[in-house]
Amino acid sequence: MAHIDLGNELPGIRGPMAYRPETARPLNALAEILLRDDNNTLSRGERELIGTYVSSLNDCFFCQNVHGGLAQHYLGCDMPFIDAVKRDPVSTPISDKLKTLLSIAASVQKGGKNVRPEQIEAARQEGATDREIHDTVLIAAAFCMYNRYVDGLATWAPQDRQFYIDRAPIRAAEGYIDFDLYK
Amino acid sequence: MAYINVPEGVPGIRSLVLFRPETGKPLYALAQTLLREDSPLSPAERELIAAHVSNRNNCKFCMESHAAAARCLLGLRQDIVDQTLDDPARAALSPKLKALLHIAGKVQLSGKQVMPEDIAAARDHGANDREIHDTVLIAAAFCMFNRYVDGLASWTPTDPAVYAEMGQRMAKGYVLPQQTI
Repeated sequence: MAHIDLGNELPGIRGPMAYRPETARPLNALAEILLRDDNNTLSRGERELIGTYVSSLNDCFFCQNVHGGLAQHYLGCDMPFIDAVKRDPVSTPISDKLKTLLSIAASVQKGGKNVRPEQIEAARQEGATDREIHDTVLIAAAFCMYNRYVDGLATWAPQDRQFYIDRAPIRAAEGYIDFDLYK
Repeated sequence: MAYINVPEGVPGIRSLVLFRPETGKPLYALAQTLLREDSPLSPAERELIAAHVSNRNNCKFCMESHAAAARCLLGLRQDIVDQTLDDPARAALSPKLKALLHIAGKVQLSGKQVMPEDIAAARDHGANDREIHDTVLIAAAFCMFNRYVDGLASWTPTDPAVYAEMGQRMAKGYVLPQQTI
């Protein structure tokens, strides 16, 4: 049971978002521009994978499954692949550039000051642009917020991981702004 | 020097949102809604939560700027800001705000660290659901802002006068900075 009476039975972040729509608006606007806007040289799948990875490091079940489901949908991969990235990105066949960006994201998860100049240099060597480095840091930082919002209020989450996979195509189509929290 | 090519001479998050205004817009809207608009917690109380979390995250830019904003909003009671940064438990704060700052400190570590007893303690001192919600989201949001500011190594001024001026501007509200020619 959630720490406060949210006045609804919605899972994960949807509960507090319906409880307080005023703050839900900028939270969703940020997710849309960061994760789904197509004016970006990182694909939606790559950006969702960064969000999934950070949520896994933060041990947030709801976020890692919602965004893992979306990453799986966009990348056309399966759940074991997503789980392998969460365990050890370096051992998976993702691009070398994405590996360096996930390393930066992991440092951000520990704390902003953990990001070292060598990590930025390594990402540049693999062709990462300033915008890609910026977005990686902000996606990782934003999930350190979303994860804490979801778990800090002790919201509930469906435990069947297939639930998230099944919903991913419709979530991908509706996006983070024009959707009904109650559906 | 910042890790990416942001405008020179612009401090902290302001340089980052000038680099990428598309994401800056919802970030500033979130700060304005959370810290200034309708809430049972006063803007000064909310700035104290922000400064406390930023202090725990060792983010000097956010800690100094939100501490300065809190000082402006508290006026004659501004000594409370340094007391809070030093140790909230010993500051001249209401038991309710102390309990909320304790919850914020848990959120800073991880969402899962917030225990039912922490919530019960805040309720015993009169905190309502909305105050607990706002505390958790402010603390969570500063775990983002702090990482954004430090993760890109944005410029952190050292001159206290810079923060005093920033605090006066922030006390009035959060407006997305515009590129000046």
